[in-house]
Amino acid sequence: MSSEISETNLLDLRGVLCPMNWVRTKLALEELPEGDTLDVILDDGEPMRNVPRSAKGEGHRILQVQEQKDGAYRLTIRSGST
Amino acid sequence: MSNDAPRMEALKADLKHEARKLKLDFNQLKSGGFVKQTQKDLFTVRLRCPGGMLRPEQLQTAARIAEKYGQGQIHLSVRQSVEIPYVDYKHFDDVGKELAAVKWSVASCGPRIRVPTACAGCSYNPNGLTDTQALCAEVDRRFFGTETGHHKFKISFSGCPIDCFRTREMDLGFQGMLEPELDEALCNGCGLCVKGCEENALVMEGELPRRDLVRCNFCGDCVKVCPVDAMLAKRSGWLARVGGKHGKHPLFAYEVAQFLSEEQVCSLVEKTVDWYRENGEGRERIGASIVRHGLGKYMEAVVRPLGMEAVETSAARRRYWSGGNFYE
Repeated sequence: MSSEISETNLLDLRGVLCPMNWVRTKLALEELPEGDTLDVILDDGEPMRNVPRSAKGEGHRILQVQEQKDGAYRLTIRSGST
Repeated sequence: MSNDAPRMEALKADLKHEARKLKLDFNQLKSGGFVKQTQKDLFTVRLRCPGGMLRPEQLQTAARIAEKYGQGQIHLSVRQSVEIPYVDYKHFDDVGKELAAVKWSVASCGPRIRVPTACAGCSYNPNGLTDTQALCAEVDRRFFGTETGHHKFKISFSGCPIDCFRTREMDLGFQGMLEPELDEALCNGCGLCVKGCEENALVMEGELPRRDLVRCNFCGDCVKVCPVDAMLAKRSGWLARVGGKHGKHPLFAYEVAQFLSEEQVCSLVEKTVDWYRENGEGRERIGASIVRHGLGKYMEAVVRPLGMEAVETSAARRRYWSGGNFYE
């Protein structure tokens, strides 16, 4: 499955709709020790509007935003204390 | 036969007296939130639930009243009131006692300020910008039941521009708003605020987002998403809308003032109802009074003297709506 967390803590959420994309991001972040990072790939549009805001709202920190060749976005999120 | 004439007159006078007494009682009942039903002697008891917020013991009491004095039904009104239908007027005293025991009372009907409605606001809704519940409770405490002299007067509070509580359809509606401001030194140019803005009011110009002052509708989404807190709230407050109504001939309200404080909201409620009392005609709603007198008259008499940040022109209002049947 492309959406499993790999060795590099990457979660590919392309094609995953709101709010499931956030639920999976949240679960993955909660698995991580505080301060570790998780990369998620999100479709543009609704997911990019919602997931970053939810992450911030729950105390995580978005370190980097990179546009991908296919128009999706890769976010690097540092796990905060939740 | 001639002997009967005085008796008949006395009887008529008695009947008239009774009828007047009864009508007066019914009016009182109505002002007190007992709404006459189609069925003889039966009323719907409308309970006072400002902002639709209830304590568990109130709900338990409503359930008990519905079972004991109603027909086991409870209706939720479109304005957040809990209503118990099919209550016989002979039980009003008992119902009153049950309500008093949990410090509860009935709502109002008729030509007066109704129970204000409100969303959850910023207390637990992620979109909320302002504390709708607190202000709703305050406005209810200060103005509930105020006579308008003309018709009903509905007030509602929405915590953000999504406006779940339909402030455009209220006699007076208040909606939360926030003006963002960028601290350029903190901004890392990630562009998430641009992605988060549904109004397309933000565009990247080089490394920094630039805000289109005409498009921005003060929803605060950019502040909520900014990961480095570079987009901050310069100020927040309440957008005031006046003259909306639903019913057979709906009117959409005018935006008349923005970024109001809680105290300014209360002043606007007070002065607006004073203006309506003096300038309304018959059973028209304030929206009709404003149409008749012209919005300028209302602005001149109410908004400007209060020293608020007035919304004066159609161009200034345009950011808040998209068009439709109700607009020219």
